[in-house]
Amino acid sequence: MAYQLNVNGKAMTADVDPDTPLLWVLRDTLGLVGTKFGCGIAQCGACTVHADGAPIRACMTPIEAIGDAKITTIEGASALEVGARVQKAWSELDVAQCGYCQPGQIMSATALLSQNPSPTDDDIDAAMAGNICRCATYVRIRAAIKRAAGQEA
Amino acid sequence: MGIVQNITQGFSPSRRAVLAGGGAGGLILAFSFAGKGAAADGLAKLNAYVQIAPDGIVTIVSKNPEIGQGIKTSLPMLIAEELDVDWANVRTVQAGNDPVAYGRQFAGGSMATPLHWDQLRQVGAAGRAMLISAAAADWGVDAASLTTEPGVVVHAASRRRATYGSLAAKAATQTAPELSSLKLKDASAYRIIGQPTPQVDTAAIVTGQPLFGIDMRLPGMLYAAYAKAPVFAAKVASVDLSAAQGVKGVRKAFVVEGGTELDGLLPGVAVVADSWWAANKGRQALNIQWADHPTSSQSTEGYAGQARSLKAAKGGKTLRRDGDVEAALSAAAKTVEADYFYPFLSHATLEPQNCTAHFHDGKMEIWAPTQLPEPGRQLVAKTLGLAPENVIVHMTRSGGGFGRRLMNDYMVEAAWIAREAGAPVKLVWTREDDMRHDFYRPAGFHHFRGGVDASGNITAWANHFVTFGEGEATARSAGMAPTEFPAQFLDNYKLDVSMMPLGVPTGPLRAPGSNAIAFVVQSFIDELAHAGGVDPVEMRLRLLGKTAAAGGQGGLNAERMAGVVRLAAEKAGWGKTTLGPRQGQGIAFHYSHLGYFAEVAQVAVADDGTVKVEKVWVAADVGRQIINPLGALNQIEGSVIDGISEMYGQITIKDGQVEQANFDTFPLLRIPDAPVIETHFIKSDNPPTGLGEPALPPVVPAVTNAIFAATGKRVRSLPLNAAELAAG
Repeated sequence: MAYQLNVNGKAMTADVDPDTPLLWVLRDTLGLVGTKFGCGIAQCGACTVHADGAPIRACMTPIEAIGDAKITTIEGASALEVGARVQKAWSELDVAQCGYCQPGQIMSATALLSQNPSPTDDDIDAAMAGNICRCATYVRIRAAIKRAAGQEA
Repeated sequence: MGIVQNITQGFSPSRRAVLAGGGAGGLILAFSFAGKGAAADGLAKLNAYVQIAPDGIVTIVSKNPEIGQGIKTSLPMLIAEELDVDWANVRTVQAGNDPVAYGRQFAGGSMATPLHWDQLRQVGAAGRAMLISAAAADWGVDAASLTTEPGVVVHAASRRRATYGSLAAKAATQTAPELSSLKLKDASAYRIIGQPTPQVDTAAIVTGQPLFGIDMRLPGMLYAAYAKAPVFAAKVASVDLSAAQGVKGVRKAFVVEGGTELDGLLPGVAVVADSWWAANKGRQALNIQWADHPTSSQSTEGYAGQARSLKAAKGGKTLRRDGDVEAALSAAAKTVEADYFYPFLSHATLEPQNCTAHFHDGKMEIWAPTQLPEPGRQLVAKTLGLAPENVIVHMTRSGGGFGRRLMNDYMVEAAWIAREAGAPVKLVWTREDDMRHDFYRPAGFHHFRGGVDASGNITAWANHFVTFGEGEATARSAGMAPTEFPAQFLDNYKLDVSMMPLGVPTGPLRAPGSNAIAFVVQSFIDELAHAGGVDPVEMRLRLLGKTAAAGGQGGLNAERMAGVVRLAAEKAGWGKTTLGPRQGQGIAFHYSHLGYFAEVAQVAVADDGTVKVEKVWVAADVGRQIINPLGALNQIEGSVIDGISEMYGQITIKDGQVEQANFDTFPLLRIPDAPVIETHFIKSDNPPTGLGEPALPPVVPAVTNAIFAATGKRVRSLPLNAAELAAG
């Protein structure tokens, strides 16, 4: 079945089964491989994208549930004012080790700061607890969110 | 194929030849390492690392796989420093698997820094000498009268200057200098080494560019899922291939007979489809019946029972015996006896195992996230009956390694499936496949007996280690060295080993051996310290002080270790910090991968037994120079949290199968539980060594020792059990 999608501001078409998760439509059908597969059961957050600005786990979101929501992936994050700021902080602090989880981390952090420009440590914990970093770069993830929020530690 | 170039952009010898012969405008400096000795595998070394374009942009090859340890940045820094160029003008590229050009290429053992510290600085210095030589010829002056500034050769007397870009073509025709003749920079002159340097791939990472193995796309590529038996190496008894073939998008489903070697191609059923989702749906429809297998009766419970019997039998092979432990125990003022246990663990790289393979023109071309490409190439050649020269392995960035990708089982699966499918194929494992087909950190059982004298000094130490193996062969990564601390630091020391058979594959997990042994050894030292009424820091210094004058034993330099123990204790305010109820500090040290680490953990244990690690102080001695401080701190912080994370999870076996399958049952530590970490380095006058692993082992016993300080309860078994640590 052909689905009309809006991804990173562009109209796209995907001819896939209704139960196909958004993750695999992005990666395999549309060739946007920045969004990562980590667990398939919404436990790790590597597949985090935005639907109308809200963070969702693409691995468990079937394409038929997207409707006309505007999807933003890591490839479109730079076009968001907050997303660009988060990416800059991530680069300046060199947060990543392997880097595999970081697209999901950046999308979660961007959603957090878009909703809450001055998050407390507890706010950061709550918003970011769904994103696993296997290399455990959590010290820098926290610092980068604060830097992007203009709260230098 | 732009995406392919993004992922594996290294210049291979064949491309080098094209560039060199095609007048591409740039040139490549190739250095022969005659006199450096052949590699262990007997291959002659011809290293090609540096390319300088006319505009002065320098391209440097990173020879080893990048798995998040930052090697793609730090190794080129060594070359760039001695070549004397601006880091801003350096581009780095990933080498392909090419042992002839680059020698051994691997990510393991935290070995890249010690193996390349001299060698790659010499590569850079050789390039600089050839550029100077070219300028000397141009200007008719003595090379000794020339100096360099970054990217420029200078003749001070005549105020002449020439950029590297303008000299590069001529430099390539100069004779490569004898490496031993090269004078390397004094550390005080470093411009690149020692500077906090972001990873070269950071921009691509934060914008989601294709970098990883799983991001590979080839024209006409199909996707594969591969079902293997939950009992390792069990064969397919029956399968409904037509059910998979009926799923929309599925092109082919077939049985792979496979073999019996746990690190080779195991039996299973492959489904190849137009998309991965379709392949995996097809796989779920297969209704496979697996044949019975001899190891299907194994279980975690069964291992524990056998371990109890082996301990009671007091048999086992004596790996080391110093003095007379039994007599010393009889004479001791106090004795302690304790049983320790640690479980199997999964690597759980966040990027599941995957590999892309394309069989064309009689050659198998492979793109793989691998820590050890050459053995993978050999495994593929042997299993598929191909000549090794007809197997080409490209290394991609790995979404974590931790030792998992030292094994190349997924590579041989992808190669087999791609040849059968007759098309380029990307095999992607599910998380469940990954967790149930790992090479696990082996579980282990230790029965300790120790004694202290009236002054609290340790006088006897016996360790009966029950592990896995058969006959003389210990299961992979399940052994313990007879030199492991505190061997050689005690007059009366004994290490016995008993083994039981295992049907579960095991392998190295970050700081293999050490990640478990540090826990049991440093915990039992703590037990003896408390039994003897000696402060835990003081007890460790006493142990190390015994041989400090001798300048080190068993590879461990006691003076260096005592230095980090003192520093960690000082920075943590050991003995001087006011702690609340159920709050405590613990200390531990461990020597591994040539690195000296002592760590103090501060924990608070809630009344319900939940452990919160509040802060960890790390004292490290990895030699005189930190190559990239930004990467170094990241590795240490990651190792510390990784170690804490390993205290919460376990892999258990039932009916020969792994019970856990995903992050809901095998938890990894998340951001709310990450402690504050404070790192201090001792810059001792020793060659720099690696940081991928050695910060991990001490944190586990530092935390369990802190839990004892906070609660009076000794953790002798992992994972942590909140119920056992609850108040009351």
